[in-house]
Amino acid sequence: MIPRKFGARVARVEDERLVSGAGAYLDDLGADALTLAVVRSPHAHAKILDIDVTGALEVDGLIAIYTYEDLDGPMADPLPLLIPHPALSHGRTQYVLAKDEVNYAGEAVAMVVAVDRYAAEDIVERIVVDYEPLPVVVGIQNARAATHLVHEDVPGNVAANVVQQVGDAEAAIAAAPHVLELDLSIERSAAMPLEGRGVLARWDPDFGRLRIWSSTQSSTGVRAAVAAKLGLDLSDVTVTTPDVGGGFGVKIMHPWPEEILVSWAARRLQRPVKFTEDRREHFVSSAHERGQLQHVRVGFDDEGRLLGLSVRFWHDHGAYTPYGLIVPIITSTQLLGPYKPDAYRVEFDSLYTNTVVVTPYRGAGRPQAAFAMERTMDAIAQKLGIDRTEVRSRNFITPDDMPYDHQLTFQDGRPLIYDSGDFPQSLATLKALVGWDNFTAYRDAARAAGRRVGIGLACYVEGTGIGPYEGGTVEIETSGRIKVSTGLTSQGQGHRTVFAQIVADELGVSMDDIDVVTGDTDRSPFAVGTFASRAAVVSGSAIALAARKARAKVLKLAAEALEADPADLEITDGVVRVTGAPGAEISLGTLAVLSNPLRYAFDEQSKLATQFTVGDSSQPPVPHGEQPGIEGNDYYSPMQATFANGMHAAIVETDPVTAEITVLRYCVVHDCGNIINPIIVEGQIHGGVAQGIGGALYERMAYDEDGQLQNASFMDFLMPYVTELPDRIEIDHLETPSPLNPLGIKGAGEAGVIPGSAAIASAIEDAEGFPVRAMPISPSELFHLRLRHRRTPADAAAPAQPERKSIS
Amino acid sequence: MSEQLHDIRLTVNGAPRNVVVPARRLLSDCLRHDLQLTGTHVGCEHGVCGACTVLLDGEPVRSCLVLAVSAHGHAVTTVEGLTRPDGRLSAVQQAFRDCHGLQCGFCTPGFLTTITAGLRDNPTPSREQARDMVAGNLCRCTGYQNIVASVLRAAELAAADHDRRADAS
Amino acid sequence: MKPPAFDYSRPTSTREAVNVLAELGEDGNVLAGGQSLLPLLNMRLAAPRNLVDINAVTELDYLRVTPDGVRVGALSRHSALERSDDAARVQPLLRQAVRLVAHATIRNRGTTVGSIVHADPSGEMTAVLSLLGGSVRVAGSAGERTVPAEDFFLGPLESAVRPGELAVEAFFPARTPGSGSSFTEISRRHGDYAVCGVGAVVELDADLRVCGARAAFLSISPTPLVLDLAEVVHGRSFDDTAIEELSAYVQARIDPQPDIHATAAYRSHLAGALTLRAVREAARAAADLERTV
Repeated sequence: MIPRKFGARVARVEDERLVSGAGAYLDDLGADALTLAVVRSPHAHAKILDIDVTGALEVDGLIAIYTYEDLDGPMADPLPLLIPHPALSHGRTQYVLAKDEVNYAGEAVAMVVAVDRYAAEDIVERIVVDYEPLPVVVGIQNARAATHLVHEDVPGNVAANVVQQVGDAEAAIAAAPHVLELDLSIERSAAMPLEGRGVLARWDPDFGRLRIWSSTQSSTGVRAAVAAKLGLDLSDVTVTTPDVGGGFGVKIMHPWPEEILVSWAARRLQRPVKFTEDRREHFVSSAHERGQLQHVRVGFDDEGRLLGLSVRFWHDHGAYTPYGLIVPIITSTQLLGPYKPDAYRVEFDSLYTNTVVVTPYRGAGRPQAAFAMERTMDAIAQKLGIDRTEVRSRNFITPDDMPYDHQLTFQDGRPLIYDSGDFPQSLATLKALVGWDNFTAYRDAARAAGRRVGIGLACYVEGTGIGPYEGGTVEIETSGRIKVSTGLTSQGQGHRTVFAQIVADELGVSMDDIDVVTGDTDRSPFAVGTFASRAAVVSGSAIALAARKARAKVLKLAAEALEADPADLEITDGVVRVTGAPGAEISLGTLAVLSNPLRYAFDEQSKLATQFTVGDSSQPPVPHGEQPGIEGNDYYSPMQATFANGMHAAIVETDPVTAEITVLRYCVVHDCGNIINPIIVEGQIHGGVAQGIGGALYERMAYDEDGQLQNASFMDFLMPYVTELPDRIEIDHLETPSPLNPLGIKGAGEAGVIPGSAAIASAIEDAEGFPVRAMPISPSELFHLRLRHRRTPADAAAPAQPERKSIS
Repeated sequence: MSEQLHDIRLTVNGAPRNVVVPARRLLSDCLRHDLQLTGTHVGCEHGVCGACTVLLDGEPVRSCLVLAVSAHGHAVTTVEGLTRPDGRLSAVQQAFRDCHGLQCGFCTPGFLTTITAGLRDNPTPSREQARDMVAGNLCRCTGYQNIVASVLRAAELAAADHDRRADAS
Repeated sequence: MKPPAFDYSRPTSTREAVNVLAELGEDGNVLAGGQSLLPLLNMRLAAPRNLVDINAVTELDYLRVTPDGVRVGALSRHSALERSDDAARVQPLLRQAVRLVAHATIRNRGTTVGSIVHADPSGEMTAVLSLLGGSVRVAGSAGERTVPAEDFFLGPLESAVRPGELAVEAFFPARTPGSGSSFTEISRRHGDYAVCGVGAVVELDADLRVCGARAAFLSISPTPLVLDLAEVVHGRSFDDTAIEELSAYVQARIDPQPDIHATAAYRSHLAGALTLRAVREAARAAADLERTV
């Protein structure tokens, strides 16, 4: 028997190419293509009075300049609102090129096609746009105040107001023995993949077909959107995703104006056209996320049990709502984490500001949710003087409660029902991993040495693997090679490896014989996309089902060929054998030959399979109800999300003098059900944790009051280097299999980032002895918090405030 | 107003290459678009991310912060030049594969070139030195955990290589 | 993010470079390491009409270490200074500071003289030149002149190098007997521009009491600021808690500006705290050096 690949620490099949410099990322393609560049608004809010291109016409390398005036038909309509929602009463989307008005600095105003990017920038520089500046709305407070409006026809800057409730939270809070209120804030950040957006299009005038390559998380989405805008049939548009240099959510947003514009220009000019976003553009024209203000009211009993929880929050979605309400809906529903309050009410406003749009970034509203819930848990523990882990334990949903119905509606429109998880066990594992119960001694020793340290934790539950569906195709070629395709796209997660692992086990073949393709609409025209930690769950399940179909056909054919009972057959290393009958065997390649009755013989292999040499002469060459070849094809469409979960603990040190904050240790307990490849899951957690720490301590989008992004560079948007992260991210896995899918798996992609800000705020609070209610937090901000709480460097060596109990 | 062009001569991955470029052509663009060596990636074009790092006369530099004309007469090594002449991966490349030191792979070439030079100067780095070696490169996928592991693994692989060669001679 | 077009020349000697620059006058800009200039070009925040690339002027690629100090040629990269044990022995502050300039890869290309001419108030080597009272040798068509550090920095990103001139060498005086130095800075991320940085030189007398102390500050003032701290610390032992007065003394003499990373108050706080740290480390270094001599 070949050892099972599922669950093994298998090295990635993607890497040999990528470490050799042989990857094919978007800008590596289309050496012959023209370059598209975009004239972007320097104003956050303005009317466009005039666009004067005369100064640009003499520039070498110019091919064409287009403005809104050049667009017609669907191209002249606003971009689609991808995910409508009944509560989204005032949804707005931008035009591919601004019509009369711009609503954020960076919005596309005109496009230039030139021979290369150098020339294109020369031309962009010489196009003069006359703007009439309008009042700018920046920040949630200003959006709420609505002194000025982003869109004249959207009163109060409110796109949507959504309320969900279970029980009567207000009454429960009113009757509770203890009540706390917290005001919380999380600032904007962004996904910030190392490769920005990019798209290349070739129009084939002979056949009227368009071929697109896009650095996207949804090839089928881009295909449908471009076809609709350009008035093409879907079958005349192909979208392929090449190697993609990271996504983290920002590339699930589509179509970006440039995806449409490149395609339109390629057809209009009948020449290949490419857009490669540069870093500065990425900051001001690709999506951001996270920014929310939250007000929490909680009523609890003497034991710290949640009697009523009422959360009101305000979500900054930027200038438009192309991705609907997904982010705030996730915040509102995933806020409860592993807990079961007796009553819950949540209400949010999704607000317009004159800033870049907000669409999901890894975690997608959950980091904000965990921040609200976990800060609340810490506040309750503080108020009652009980250990922070204890107050959490007392509110956990238990394994016996599973499946647990929160009676809320999740982002996919389905009931929010947890399928699995063992939260008490997770917490016990985390406490052991981080040494929670021994921390007091450590802290006392550190304090005696003049150092200030603190510990914090945070829990989360994450709905992963949502529908609607993905498909898988598993085809056995006559060479014996296995060709696997699924339509969702890859951005570095190692999908080809894990899908090959699944197929290797299902079919009994070597991983070396398997080739996996993702995100090619020619191979998999029906697909959705890579988001919501769904690839392994949804495509993985579909591929497993498809492989099982292929296996069934293999066994049927082999049984006929070997005159054996299918139950006596086994497949190992690409060969079907009859158990207990040495020599009775046939390879998958030969079976593939036999499965396809041919009229023409191309080679020795196919001679075996011409329709004149094989087959039952009483039947047609392809019997009724069957297909030629060995190809398994299936779809997996889950009823609902499967819920991964986890708990993080952080130990931080805060410098008593400089207020620098260092993460000394970061521990993760993670439950994503059965693990296909631990190396890959750990890698996903590492990367997520790094983004979590980045979001907690370094990264923010610093807009000034005029709507100018002040830190639109890697110099000032502070993504962590290795030097900003703890030496080791410590991980322990818990595997409670999902009962919902054939592999018992749950998503793993986003989890690492979710509780970062909550856990680190908890640890800083523990080190400093005062509440931390706004994240990210910089040393400068910690310094000012200390001043406010009168805990200056002079009393750095003083013990923790007396009202704080020991945490052990 | 067409731009003046300059004839430059580079030694790229050991081979002499002549290119005609305008003065403003960045070395990164020259490698990627004039010489079709697209393994060198461009992540920020202001010298912070390190994805475009190549070796100039053996020392790591940001190729987005060097004009191609300035490199005239000098030797450039890109990620394509790290692979051994027989096509096998170098110790650093192999270590990244062994240790899952990459995810999307976009920043990876800059790490590989930087570490190649780093291990040449310090073949037996401590863990702290391994971290320091990659301290100027941004990765958004891995949290650097497995990159640091890859540096240490590469040092082991290179030492084993060295021993094998010593045994053979 | 591509540079705008410019005319380009590539002299191979100092004389040729100076001639080209003299001819170009106001239009001439020098390209050395380019680690500050190229980002500005790529972002099109600078649009020089001409660039005079001195990367082929190999005669300027030198470090000369003599007992009186370290002379750094205009084409010498930061990494050469960082690696030079001779330079570190004659003036320890050089290595203490240069290793804090950005990341190693930037130091492989960036030049020390270039960063001084760039005159960035957050540049480590500008502060070092000022603190040590060094000088810059500048060549023009009319000959050479030597500009002392105190006259060299005219404003943020503005040096005393005139159109048509080339800075050919920076001179850093040697450590004086009995003195020690330290350089410390706080940046948001390792390798970033400092939120605040302090370099200090402390002189001890035979009894290891402080007889002189100066500090230079990064990211605190438009041009490198050097404060003489002698009146606070003179005659004291460096572990004397009374020297904590230094923080207040410094804070009363600076007026830092806020930015997105730090408030003015926090910068001021850091300047005080880091001065104390740097002075103590410098004094300790002085004491150690005296013991080993």
